Amino acid sequence: MTGGEIVRPRSLRSERLRAAGRSATLIIGLAILIFWVTCALFGSRIAPLNPYADNLLATLAPPSFAHWFGTDQLGRDIFSRVIVGARDILTVAPLATLLGTVLGTALGLFVGYYRGVVDDVVSRVIEAVQALPLVIVALMALAAVGTSNLTVVIVIGFVFTPLIARTVRSAVLIENSLDYVAAAHLRGEGALYIMFVEILPNVLPLLLVEGTVRFGYAIFFVASLSFIGFGIQPPSADWGLAISENYSLIGSYWWTVIFDALATASLVVGVNLAADGIQGVLQA
Amino acid sequence: MTIRFLAKRLPLSLITLWILSVIVFLGGQLLPGDVGRAVLGPLADARAVAHFNHEMGVDRPLIVQYGSWITHFVAGNFGLSYTFRTPVAPFIADALVNSLKLAAMAFVLVVPLGVLGGVWAALRVGSLTDRAITLLGQSLGVVPEFISSIVLILIFGVWLRWLPMSADWPDDSGPLTQIYYLFLPSLPLVLIFFGYIARVARAGTVEALDADYTRTAVLKGLSWSIVLRRHVLRNALLPTITVIASLIGYLAGGLVIIETLFHYRGIGGLIYTAARAKDFPMLEAAVLTVGAIYAIASLGADLLNTFLNPRLRAEEAQ
Repeated sequence: MTGGEIVRPRSLRSERLRAAGRSATLIIGLAILIFWVTCALFGSRIAPLNPYADNLLATLAPPSFAHWFGTDQLGRDIFSRVIVGARDILTVAPLATLLGTVLGTALGLFVGYYRGVVDDVVSRVIEAVQALPLVIVALMALAAVGTSNLTVVIVIGFVFTPLIARTVRSAVLIENSLDYVAAAHLRGEGALYIMFVEILPNVLPLLLVEGTVRFGYAIFFVASLSFIGFGIQPPSADWGLAISENYSLIGSYWWTVIFDALATASLVVGVNLAADGIQGVLQA
Repeated sequence: MTIRFLAKRLPLSLITLWILSVIVFLGGQLLPGDVGRAVLGPLADARAVAHFNHEMGVDRPLIVQYGSWITHFVAGNFGLSYTFRTPVAPFIADALVNSLKLAAMAFVLVVPLGVLGGVWAALRVGSLTDRAITLLGQSLGVVPEFISSIVLILIFGVWLRWLPMSADWPDDSGPLTQIYYLFLPSLPLVLIFFGYIARVARAGTVEALDADYTRTAVLKGLSWSIVLRRHVLRNALLPTITVIASLIGYLAGGLVIIETLFHYRGIGGLIYTAARAKDFPMLEAAVLTVGAIYAIASLGADLLNTFLNPRLRAEEAQ
């Protein structure tokens, strides 16, 4: 290996870092995400009042200086609940994305590398699963196995697996025909070594983009599932759950739903801006 | 040539549907473990559970169950609902009609809006209008339906009081009243789909504007409106058709949320209620129906695409 080849990727990396610094979408997206992650990690210390404490003397109070976002049916402070409400969705969604990415990458590497009958069968199954909206697949599986944070992680992870596998597979098909893979074959490397040590590092940037996009979808699904009662369960202060608990009051007590709705919207938009930004930087 | 295309494409759709039926069947019969226990609850008497399992036929070997389920399904007999102990099929049929009304309403609103927005943006590539339309479509497309629904309900139902907050119209309503009740529930779908349709319409128009045939048409002195109508839009809107078909599949997922939210008795609401009640025959039938509709829609889109695109037709003929 010559010196020039070692220097080139490093300069590419600094080039990308500079592009990242200039990308407004990436910075805004990351700022929103970091804000909510901070709330998720330190929420109970940031929140001005105890988010779980009932106060039956101040139920359904409108926004005021004492309660910035008002109170809910049990007199709990909605501002504090919105802050700690970030925690469960920001635990379940990343874990589900991680599970789907790990399984999907392994599956994609295998079918892309071996091709043949396995590839045909897996591709058909992926196509069949895609004929169903993800919310419906998740709903069916959760109705069958029961809902808990763990089952939501597993079900969303499994639903994501074929989708990520499809992306990885098509990237592996391209890598397969490149010289470095042929060289590894000639050196007598084993299939596992070629898949995970040779090919995997080369599809990592793509995987990063796919992972962040999927993370956006994971947040979308966890929020939607929590709203219909198949996601995060009480007594969590989760936003989707809070909206479903207070939805019947929307006609008179708008503050019980609007702040949770805005929080969810900002998180989803933030993650998608960050995903867009990362994609733009990596493809620059 | 269309027939040859069908002969190639149809078996693929059927295989997809078959795999789907196996997945749906396994999801409904295998995942819950003991179906009777899951339906009747942990406190139910063991004999009641065994009786329920025997009555519903879920104590037979899996492969036998699948065989009888799928043959009945193809014949239009979707089985007995665990909840109502009556045939599932009429429920599915009623729900499907209701969902079609809602979907039609959403598409009637969003397709012209999306196409117009996309073409408008493409004609002003790089301008502020272009970026505003693109960014707006992108952001609206990623916000979950129940969030946009809540905001829309607050604005139009609670504060302005222009539209009813539930889609459950009075029994003897005429078509106009039904449209009035469907307007608000269709808006969240419009918001989600607008970005998708606008993006594809924009990309297609940008490509067609840049094509040699457009340059030739302009250079030979055709008026701009004729160039736009005959040369640009005809080519630009082909990919939009495929996207609209793929949205039909996505639609069913959104309907689960929206129909639940607006108390609407469509296929999405049915799937939700069945999942809540662990009414697996109802759930399986509804989910498989959704899958079948998606398969038909994407087949239809491919057919329409070959039919409308002379280049693809020529390829098929060779």
